[in-house]
Amino acid sequence: MALNTPAGGFFASRLDRMIGWARKYSIFQYPFVTACCGMEYMATACSHYDVDRFGAGMPRFSPRQADVLFVVGTISHKLAPTLKMIYDQMCEPKWVVAFGVCTCTGGFYDNYATVMGIDTIIPVDVYIPGCPPRPETVLDGLMKLQEKIQMGGGGQGSGNWAADN
Amino acid sequence: MSVTLRKLKENFGGALFDLGSAFGDDFAVVHKDRIVEVSQALRDDPDLRYNFLIDVTAVDYPQRRPRFEVVYHFFSLPLRHRVRLKAPVDGSDPEVPSLVPLWKGADWFEREVWDMFGIRFAGHPDLRRILMYDGFEGHPLRKDYPVNRRQPRVGPRN
Ligand code: SF4
Repeated sequence: MALNTPAGGFFASRLDRMIGWARKYSIFQYPFVTACCGMEYMATACSHYDVDRFGAGMPRFSPRQADVLFVVGTISHKLAPTLKMIYDQMCEPKWVVAFGVCTCTGGFYDNYATVMGIDTIIPVDVYIPGCPPRPETVLDGLMKLQEKIQMGGGGQGSGNWAADN
Repeated sequence: MSVTLRKLKENFGGALFDLGSAFGDDFAVVHKDRIVEVSQALRDDPDLRYNFLIDVTAVDYPQRRPRFEVVYHFFSLPLRHRVRLKAPVDGSDPEVPSLVPLWKGADWFEREVWDMFGIRFAGHPDLRRILMYDGFEGHPLRKDYPVNRRQPRVGPRN
């Protein structure tokens, strides 16, 4: 049956592509918003920049209904177990976006209270730098995430893609 | 000299280490055991009427003896003036009387000072940490808290 195809055979690889295509345009995100980056998240989500164009217009406030965890804002050590629990409650396949430098690296915080990057706690798929990132950067990150989903990458947070490469 | 400073000097001369005015704001350094009495007088005196406790905080001066200073800011809404009280506290067993019986709003301020500086407030109804989590060791705003010390609850430790 295999007709001139890469690994997996013609039918399976077509099916994967189709599933990837469907998944990348139906991103149900869980916005874990803790700090100032939340304002930029809202700006991106609202009509001017409109994440609905990318099929990500429907935030779910239950982790059990979400595919992508948007971690938006500073994460303190006090909050870290909650973030981990939310991540653990999400069904697979799941992806994580670190939104803003606070979540990427801790940002300008280097103190007793702040987690130095959420990737010390949970796996991250896409890092969006900026303090806060402009909506254009967020959309760039979102498209990187879509690319990754389409290619069947991540899902359990493997590999690291920064939004600017 | 403002009416606040004059009244403080007349009524509590023995309880004051210092008083004056810095950049237009009155301050007085008060013996910590008299702090409740002095702030009650600030609140109840009809010429002063400091009915608003704006803030309670503390400062750690590692070189000084006594080491800590608990700082109170008062404001009078009807008379629109303000004053700062400071109470020096010894570093070995820091404790000051609580202002919660006079101002309910002192509750969380004093918990914050306990959390950050480890200064106890005698008579506080519920002196627990407020910002840091249970199991956190030490008091992070003390100058001798190691600047690199991290106490994560999940993830790598150092
Ligand atoms: S990255 Fe900047 S804007 Fe975003 S949460 Fe941190 S401090 Fe706030």
